[in-house]
Amino acid sequence: MANSAALPAHPQGSGQAPQDGATKRDFLKLLAGASALVGVGAIAWPLIDSMNPSQDVLALSSIEVNLTPIPEGSGITVLWRGKPIFVRHRTPAEIKAAEDVKLSELIEPQADADRVKAGHAQWLVLIGICTHLGCVPLGNKPTDPRGEWGGWFCPCHGSQYDTSGRVRHGPAPLNLYLVPYAFENDTKIKIG
Amino acid sequence: MVGLYKSDFKNPVVNWIDTRMPVFTLMQKEYAAFPTPKNFNYFWNFGALAMVNLMIMIATGVFLAMNYTPNVAMAFNSIEHIMRDVNWGWLIRYAHMNGASMFFIVVYIHTFRGLYYGSYKAPRELLWMLGVVILLLMMATAFMGYVLPWGQMSYWGATVITNLFSAIPLVGPSIVTWLWGGFSVDNATLNRFYSLHYLLPFVIVGVVFFHVIALHITGSNNPLGIDVKSPQDTIPFHPYYTIKDSVGICVYLLVFAALVFFSPNFFASPDNYIPANPLQTPAEIVPEWYFLPFYAILRSVPNKLGGVMMMFGSIMVLFVLPWLDTSPVRSARFRPIYRQVFWLLVIAVLALGAVGAHRPQGIWVVIGRVATLYYFLHFLVILPILGKLERPLPLPESISRPVIRGGGPMPGGAPAKPMEKP
Amino acid sequence: MRFKYVAPALLLGAALVTALGAAPAAAQQDVAKFKQSQPTEAPSLPKLAWSFDGPFGTFDRASAQRGFLIYQQVCSACHSMDQLYYRNLSGIGLSEEQIKAIAASVQVPGGVNDQGQPIERPGLPSDHFKAPFPNEEAARAANNGALPPDQSVLELAREGGPNYLYAILTGYRDPPAGLKMQPGMSYNLYFPGFQIAMPQPLQDDSVQYTDGVKPTLDQEAKDVVTFLTWAANPEMEERKQTGVRVVLFLVFLTGVTYATKRRIWSDLHH
Repeated sequence: MANSAALPAHPQGSGQAPQDGATKRDFLKLLAGASALVGVGAIAWPLIDSMNPSQDVLALSSIEVNLTPIPEGSGITVLWRGKPIFVRHRTPAEIKAAEDVKLSELIEPQADADRVKAGHAQWLVLIGICTHLGCVPLGNKPTDPRGEWGGWFCPCHGSQYDTSGRVRHGPAPLNLYLVPYAFENDTKIKIG
Repeated sequence: MVGLYKSDFKNPVVNWIDTRMPVFTLMQKEYAAFPTPKNFNYFWNFGALAMVNLMIMIATGVFLAMNYTPNVAMAFNSIEHIMRDVNWGWLIRYAHMNGASMFFIVVYIHTFRGLYYGSYKAPRELLWMLGVVILLLMMATAFMGYVLPWGQMSYWGATVITNLFSAIPLVGPSIVTWLWGGFSVDNATLNRFYSLHYLLPFVIVGVVFFHVIALHITGSNNPLGIDVKSPQDTIPFHPYYTIKDSVGICVYLLVFAALVFFSPNFFASPDNYIPANPLQTPAEIVPEWYFLPFYAILRSVPNKLGGVMMMFGSIMVLFVLPWLDTSPVRSARFRPIYRQVFWLLVIAVLALGAVGAHRPQGIWVVIGRVATLYYFLHFLVILPILGKLERPLPLPESISRPVIRGGGPMPGGAPAKPMEKP
Repeated sequence: MRFKYVAPALLLGAALVTALGAAPAAAQQDVAKFKQSQPTEAPSLPKLAWSFDGPFGTFDRASAQRGFLIYQQVCSACHSMDQLYYRNLSGIGLSEEQIKAIAASVQVPGGVNDQGQPIERPGLPSDHFKAPFPNEEAARAANNGALPPDQSVLELAREGGPNYLYAILTGYRDPPAGLKMQPGMSYNLYFPGFQIAMPQPLQDDSVQYTDGVKPTLDQEAKDVVTFLTWAANPEMEERKQTGVRVVLFLVFLTGVTYATKRRIWSDLHH
């Protein structure tokens, strides 16, 4: 410290105390200081952690979707973590169309096999948000406009996606994003 | 460089800042080297404890506010959401809830310490009055905070306390409607209480700042109540009182932790776990424990306006206390009669607390009235007279010299002169 | 000199008045509420030894699960538990599969269909406990005008907590001769005013336990109170365990700080 109080009668500072006393005091001070620091950290952590997702939010962070009511050729939209998720039941013709495309024709080349689960090629699960500016594309219902490639059509700026959710016509730069999911059994998936 | 402060700090970064804004010099002067009477006892911890408590309340409160919803339909559920779903929410909420009680325990002890050792006397009158302002702000903040969970006691406590203002002649009912923002305690009331409950703690921080400035101008009182005469009487605040305050903080945290973790609802009313219901009044409306003495004074007066005035008067009297107490001697240690009436006051306040917790019937009415009477007699009659009649014990020469022992009254009965001109 | 004794005399007087008034009145404080509207006196609450008592107490999982069974089969006919989610039941040791099955056994509002009509779906672990009545009016209409209170935090909302709940559940008696009962009310020793709108909910063998425990009234009451106490304080075990660690740490910190204080101050006391 820069200056010390005038204390003629009572010398302060460990320098003037006996050597063993000084080391003991320094050790005690260090121990007390370190412990207090641990204590402050222990107080701070619950406050910080309280800003992480709460239990009710986490409980909704994975959802189960029953596939039985989705007829072939159409899809449904479910809400997962605040985003629309498309679950599409593809017809054999749609699957074939998706698989037969040459990768070189694609804006973002990706094989259809990499976008579905092996053995469940009829099911396509995507985030239903256009990769251009975030609109929700149309095309889940067979009666919706699906664009030239039979997948989805974004009404905002005319982006078109094929039956694998890959972008085929701009302005969208990327394919529709995939979501992490797993089959619990043949008729039920768990998203998240 | 011209115009810059010349800092003595060695660390270049500290020096650079200190040269341009001497906060480090200020801290060094006011908290490290600050000359402090060497004879504090552990009652002098409670100011620091109150400061720590205020910080705990603000920290926990800010994080509670992130999850609380100030709406009559959602407030109760949002508290349960905090308790059940938010990570550590139960800890933050219970700490805030019990922190309010701890705050009043600490501040009441701090206040009674000031009363016992005469810390309100010249030249510390303004320091004391700022303290009373802090107490009033704390009460307002605590009252509005208690409304936020929107339980039965929240609702009916708010109704009863706001209705106190209806006792004001002529404009009373209009004031109550204005306070409510409607024709009963309702969503508008909850919202404004939430807003003010968030604001007032920062006002308290501001007044605490002035409280500390005033303290550092006059210097601290001490258990002997005599002025510092020479450097031998003082020690630097750091490390002596920083470490002594730390001991107090540890013990305080132990008590606090015992409450929060093992008996979090010790001070809570079961009725506040029932959602607010404007159609049904609880069997007994009891305020939080720290308001009980004032509530007892309110009920001890059979007249509505009179009761309200006495209740507010019981705090207002503290503002003029420095002029009511006419004795030149500060510390009760040298005032044999004052020492006794001080403990009578403590008993009266404790008795009022007990009265406030019980139905106003039978013996409780009698005790309430006797204690109320004594409370006001103590400040308005006994203290002014006592200062003139009481013969204080001889005062020690200085803090660093041993107390004169075995001495009777000073020769010639000359009154001691503790408050010499600085 | 005479003046000197005024204060002690006042003190003694005040202390006496306070003591005389406070002691018996404090003892009767709980009883006073019951006495208010009735000439007869309610007995004081029974004090039971609960698994969750004390700084190391935990919830007896088996008892809480039996209590949940009682809630499902008896209480939930009238009482809601709005603050609880089915997923919370993991706190009394139910498995994920059990919880899914319990949740799926109820139908909950599932938003609207394509035509905008409200639809129902089976419950999920992330759903709140389903309430027996859609609103307060329906609850009152079905219960003789009385509103069955929500049981989420009932244990905290009653003076005496678990002991009070146990006392109510086991406090049903025949009304004393000469007492005029209101229509539809039952006599209960521990209920304020003695007349309670809830008919005796539990008797011996009200439920079938699957774990071989004999479902006596006493056992059922203890189990359901354990469940309700857990429901009101699901954080209790974590709270107490954290508390033990915090207190141990603070005791250590206090010791170290006090030793440091003694050291630092030692150069002042020559």
